[in-house]
Amino acid sequence: MSSARLVLADGSVFEGRAVGATGSVGGEVVFNTSMTGYQEMLTDPSYAGQLLTLTYPMIGNYGVDTAVEESGQIQPRGLIVREVAPVSSHPLSTSDLATFLAERGVVAIDGVDTRAITRRIRRHGVMLGVITTEPVEEAQERVRTLPGYDGIDWASQVSTGKQYAWESFAEKHELRPAMESRSNKAIVKPEGAEAAGSPKRVVLIDGGVKRNIMRSLVARNCEVTVLPIDANAEEVLALRPDGVLWSPGPGDPQVQNAQVEETRKLIGRVPLFGICLGHQVIARALGAGTFKLPFGHRGGNHPVRDERTGTVTITAQNHGYAVDPEHLAASAAVSHVNLNDGTVEGLSMSDEPVMTIQYHSEASPGPLDSMGMFDRFVEMMDSAGGRR
Amino acid sequence: MTKPESVLIIGSGAIVIGQAAEFDYAGTQACKAVREEGVRSILVNSNPATIMTDLDVADAVYIEPLTVPTIERIIARERPDGLLPTLGGQTGLNLAVDLANAGILEKYNVKLLGTPLESIRRAEDRELFNDLLAKIGEPVLESEPCETVEACEAAAERIGLPVVIRPAYTLGGTGGGIAFTPEELRTIATSGLAASPITQVLVERYLGGWKEVEYEVMRDGAGNCVTICNMENLDPMGVHTGDSIVVAPSQTLTDKDYQMLRSAALRIIDELGIEGGCNIQFSMAPRKDVRDWEGDPSEPLPYFVIEVNPRVSRSSALASKATGYPIARVAAKIACGKTLDEIPNAVTQRTTAAFEPALDYCVVKIPRWPFDKFALGDRGLGTQMKATGEVMAIDRTFEGALNKAVRSLEFGRRTLLWEDAAWRDKAIDLRATDTRLWALMAALRRDVPVADLATETGVDPWFLERLQRIVGVERRLLSEPLDAELLLEAKQMGFSDEMVGQLADRLAEHVRELRLQLGMRPVYKMVDTCAAEFDAFTPYFYSTYEQENEATPEPGVSTVVLGSGPIRIGQGIEFDYASVHAAWALQDAGRRAILVNSNPETVSTDFDTSDRLYFEPLDEEAVRNILENEAGETGETPTSIVQFGGQTAVNLAEPLWRAGQGIIGSSAEAIDTAEDRELFERFLQNLGIPQPPGAAVRTLEEGLKTAQTIGYPVLVRPSYVLGGRAMEIVQNPREMVGFLAQAAEAAEGRPILIDKYLEGREVEVDAICDGERVLIPGIMEHIERTGVHSGDSMAVYPPVHLDEEERETICHHTEQIVLGMGAIGLTNIQYVVLPRDASGQPQVYVIEVNPRASRTVPFISKVTGVPMVQLAVRAMCGESLESQGYEGGLWPERNLVAVKAPVFSMSKLAEVDTYLGPEMKSTGEVMGIDSAYEPALAKALVASDLALEPGTPVLLSLSDQTKAEALPLVHALHDAGCDLYATEGTGAMLDALGIPSTVVTKVLSGAHPNVVDVIEDGSVRCVLNTSENRMTGSLRDGFHIRRAAAEKRIPCFTSIDTARAAIETMRGTVTPAVARLDEYVAR
Repeated sequence: MSSARLVLADGSVFEGRAVGATGSVGGEVVFNTSMTGYQEMLTDPSYAGQLLTLTYPMIGNYGVDTAVEESGQIQPRGLIVREVAPVSSHPLSTSDLATFLAERGVVAIDGVDTRAITRRIRRHGVMLGVITTEPVEEAQERVRTLPGYDGIDWASQVSTGKQYAWESFAEKHELRPAMESRSNKAIVKPEGAEAAGSPKRVVLIDGGVKRNIMRSLVARNCEVTVLPIDANAEEVLALRPDGVLWSPGPGDPQVQNAQVEETRKLIGRVPLFGICLGHQVIARALGAGTFKLPFGHRGGNHPVRDERTGTVTITAQNHGYAVDPEHLAASAAVSHVNLNDGTVEGLSMSDEPVMTIQYHSEASPGPLDSMGMFDRFVEMMDSAGGRR
Repeated sequence: MTKPESVLIIGSGAIVIGQAAEFDYAGTQACKAVREEGVRSILVNSNPATIMTDLDVADAVYIEPLTVPTIERIIARERPDGLLPTLGGQTGLNLAVDLANAGILEKYNVKLLGTPLESIRRAEDRELFNDLLAKIGEPVLESEPCETVEACEAAAERIGLPVVIRPAYTLGGTGGGIAFTPEELRTIATSGLAASPITQVLVERYLGGWKEVEYEVMRDGAGNCVTICNMENLDPMGVHTGDSIVVAPSQTLTDKDYQMLRSAALRIIDELGIEGGCNIQFSMAPRKDVRDWEGDPSEPLPYFVIEVNPRVSRSSALASKATGYPIARVAAKIACGKTLDEIPNAVTQRTTAAFEPALDYCVVKIPRWPFDKFALGDRGLGTQMKATGEVMAIDRTFEGALNKAVRSLEFGRRTLLWEDAAWRDKAIDLRATDTRLWALMAALRRDVPVADLATETGVDPWFLERLQRIVGVERRLLSEPLDAELLLEAKQMGFSDEMVGQLADRLAEHVRELRLQLGMRPVYKMVDTCAAEFDAFTPYFYSTYEQENEATPEPGVSTVVLGSGPIRIGQGIEFDYASVHAAWALQDAGRRAILVNSNPETVSTDFDTSDRLYFEPLDEEAVRNILENEAGETGETPTSIVQFGGQTAVNLAEPLWRAGQGIIGSSAEAIDTAEDRELFERFLQNLGIPQPPGAAVRTLEEGLKTAQTIGYPVLVRPSYVLGGRAMEIVQNPREMVGFLAQAAEAAEGRPILIDKYLEGREVEVDAICDGERVLIPGIMEHIERTGVHSGDSMAVYPPVHLDEEERETICHHTEQIVLGMGAIGLTNIQYVVLPRDASGQPQVYVIEVNPRASRTVPFISKVTGVPMVQLAVRAMCGESLESQGYEGGLWPERNLVAVKAPVFSMSKLAEVDTYLGPEMKSTGEVMGIDSAYEPALAKALVASDLALEPGTPVLLSLSDQTKAEALPLVHALHDAGCDLYATEGTGAMLDALGIPSTVVTKVLSGAHPNVVDVIEDGSVRCVLNTSENRMTGSLRDGFHIRRAAAEKRIPCFTSIDTARAAIETMRGTVTPAVARLDEYVAR
């Protein structure tokens, strides 16, 4: 195995081994502390433009299984791990991670001190970096010439190019049904619940959606139509949806000015549920600002308190920006708060069917404890429908 | 919920298999947490060797027997508002249930805090639990609760063999097992029903070869739930989790699997209504090529819920140490009414307890089994736990953590390279035993395919392939030049320098030099609960070979306390007690205390016990690396203390001294004087202090000659081993031949000691010396005569049979020895006092000197009020006893009597003989304390389950030697209305005395009822069995009697002295008065 190195914008160098595809890649170096779910993370569009460091040291232990992918492609620019597991074992595994990375053209580095990298990012904030087999000097030059991460509209790059219906897509790609467990307490519905009422029509605005969002909606008797991120309000409403879900996605919400305007037009006209980037765009539409967190929230162990009930839930998170609620419209309120740093984790409106969450109720990877948010979305559509 | 004003916390009693030091850790954390909440804490435990029974841990400390009547007395006296039942193991939990059932809690208006009683019942009662699982749609394993052997048979018929038999309400799976045949079913059902306090077992479908996964979960009163940790067993279903090699976090579970089980765990604790910590065990389908099962693997994998522990457990102690999340502390706060988000996180000091730890390392736990001491015991592992303790190691890879864990075991000098000599020419036995890990390695070295091993053992191929990678590096070390790349790979896999040297044909020291030349030193990473996401303040580190070192030296004078490693017979929790106090004493003396230990169960490995904790093996390499890492800018390494970590730490004195590292306290030379036979003999001769004649020998010829010269009987033992391992009283040359071979193996090349056996009163003292003065806090007298290992003896403070002159002689000898050796700190000396001869002079012989803290330190500290470890440490730091306010000589005796009694775990170790002898067998101890001898002894007997009541039917089987001595005891039993059963010879003696008895035969193949029948059917409820020794027939005959008694869990006396104590204090049902420890000591 040839040697490789990770060079960070602050000049620090971490020597390791090249794994996966060969080449040099650059991007914003971030870390995720989840101990499982590497394949879900690798296919999460929110990692577009980033080099993903996984803090758990042995990655690849249970092999790979295409059924768990969250999008059709590998999303981060590169992968940084302590060890790409040389052995893997699982009943569902069809291959090992090293082979998978090579086949999918992912540039990765292993054998590096990922804890040291994580500590550096924690102290100095996220920064640009390069994974390369080139000599150090060239890599340092390459880092200096990388375009910054913040000004780029990453969400548009990962959004679907054209409208599609999720179910037909799922059939075409032979994707398995939702991987939700029978013992997920939020999922279990009374017998015969499916029969109640006709399916809900959900329009999903795709800024980098994960498949488990669609799966979770389908499991709740929803028909999902996915629209590109640049769909305008009229196009959305023309589909006569029962509700609109604004998806998660990568990048700075400050570059989504046009979408903020279109979203503002939807408020009050259709039930609206925003997750992650969707939450940030809706927050901006409600007058709030956003800012970049020093090193983001990425992991499966973030405690979030529901401000209305006091209940604490452990959530899956993956975001680099957060909502500043200072200028939030009076009709909206902060519904959820992160217990670690007090940042906004959700919004709701008193007079309109709008709810948003910064964290990932769809999990995958991460705890399933917030799956109930999809039920609340369905209930919101139910009661809004009743009102109309 | 309103906060209680005072809380009673019940400890777990003596250390036994299945319930070890983890509950001292849990109880200590709980007491501290309760105090922080401003709640008065009242603690009761019968085990004096615990930190939790220190006067400054709880507000009121009772060292009293853990029985319902005793605790009722304490409740009546203290009137606590609440009782915290979930921190004292199964013992504490069962007692709480008993107190509730007896109406005592209601009578005194004591509320159960934390998890409600109803939740405990629903978790522990199988039928209720299965109903609950069914209600929430969780998969229930086919099972049936049964109360008779016949019912078990019927259930097994329905379920189909093999089945697992699990006794209800027992710890460590006592009495249970896996039945493959109808015969096994009957045997296990019988023992299981006997073991269950409610005579109930669960007959359950056997999922051999399925994965075993555990989750540690917490829930607060508001219903917030978090998972602390999940763990995966390397050993599949069928081996008790306490006997399994365990990794954290799980390695072979996908995120879908992980979250599926996590959600199930949270649903279960939510439905149960747990308020505190809880452990849930799952079984999950393996790969179909490992074990086939019905169903489609593309569906979510099938799993079953195996068991729930609605309390803090051994696993939760492990999870706490594996993650840094203090489960017991948080559970105690929840019991006081706090919610998770109101409890601060001590690690980050910013966030709260409402989060889930993220690990960025791999943890491996390996059990420590007692088969080095019980070579003849049944080494098979099943549903009944056999390990006495465990070790844990942390590294960034499984291989690294595994190798370090094996190095931590201190099972001889066994590394992962060890192979059983039998494997050279016989097939390797891959059944589940204590050596299976090594058997798997041996098989891989012989190119047995991973797939075959997986199918045969059920061990997931992931683990096996990781082992194979270790074998791959072994091969490269054997065949390739030792270059930097290969050496680094070996070090990252946890190979010690010694292992590398063994394979690459170099001395360990040369490997070390090469490594240092290459600049290859370990770095230390922090265990911070959050994978470095937040700035953390846990001074808790593990080594690894990577780039960044986080444990940089800090200013100030540091001293390293070497801990005692895994709990094993002969080296128990007492040494952890001493290590913890040593760290505290160093801090009091203004030094930084650095602790090194490998045992996850203990208080010493709690991250807030010391200024810095290194979770590392206690071997030369690991300790030297730590010392070098701690060298500040001056390059000066800190000094070490080896006195408190038992033989583990003492054994490091010489290597550290050779390596030029400083030791404070007794020097390596002083240690050598005490342990080197010839040096010691000359030393005593110079002082004019007598010792039993003897010599150190290395060959059989020398041994026979020595024994001939000094005369039989002689005591034979290896030097430098703990707990009298391989020690025996030998009566004649024939026995000598047989025994020397065993002793030689245990001695590992060091000499074997042969001493004249002197039968007399055994006395023990611990002394503290500052170099000028010697303080003797107290003298302990053993109840059993010499020949019974001091750790297995009952002992009393102050001595009852020694006169003033004898005491003075003992003190005089002690002062001379301690000062003469130049011992600084603690020294333990054992004496034998013989009846006076014609000269009228006291006859005090020295048997043994240990230049270290002994197992009696916590006991003597507590009953005398002398802070022994504190004084010793400060003396080592250069403060005189005088400056600490103490004079030399014997500390004035307290106006109290305390009796220490050993506790055994024999019912859990099949095929192990229970007779008391020079080799230690007990796993723990209890204390009875009162104002006079008799009630103190009675309490000790009650607490160690040896108390007799008048009218108890007794089986007598006495050796000829002891018959005369037993006469008064037999009369006493008869007078107390006890029905007597006797073996043939003993029956003849009773006949001659005119005492009626039922004679039963010793011959098991002959007529019925025989000795075993009357024990098994409950006709007798106590056994008195004496025998000469292990080489003679009488010992063999008695074996079945003693085993039957152990399995029936009835008192079995093998020493006439212990029996005398029990018979003399035989009494009715009057419960002795109780008082706080400080009240006794102040009297």
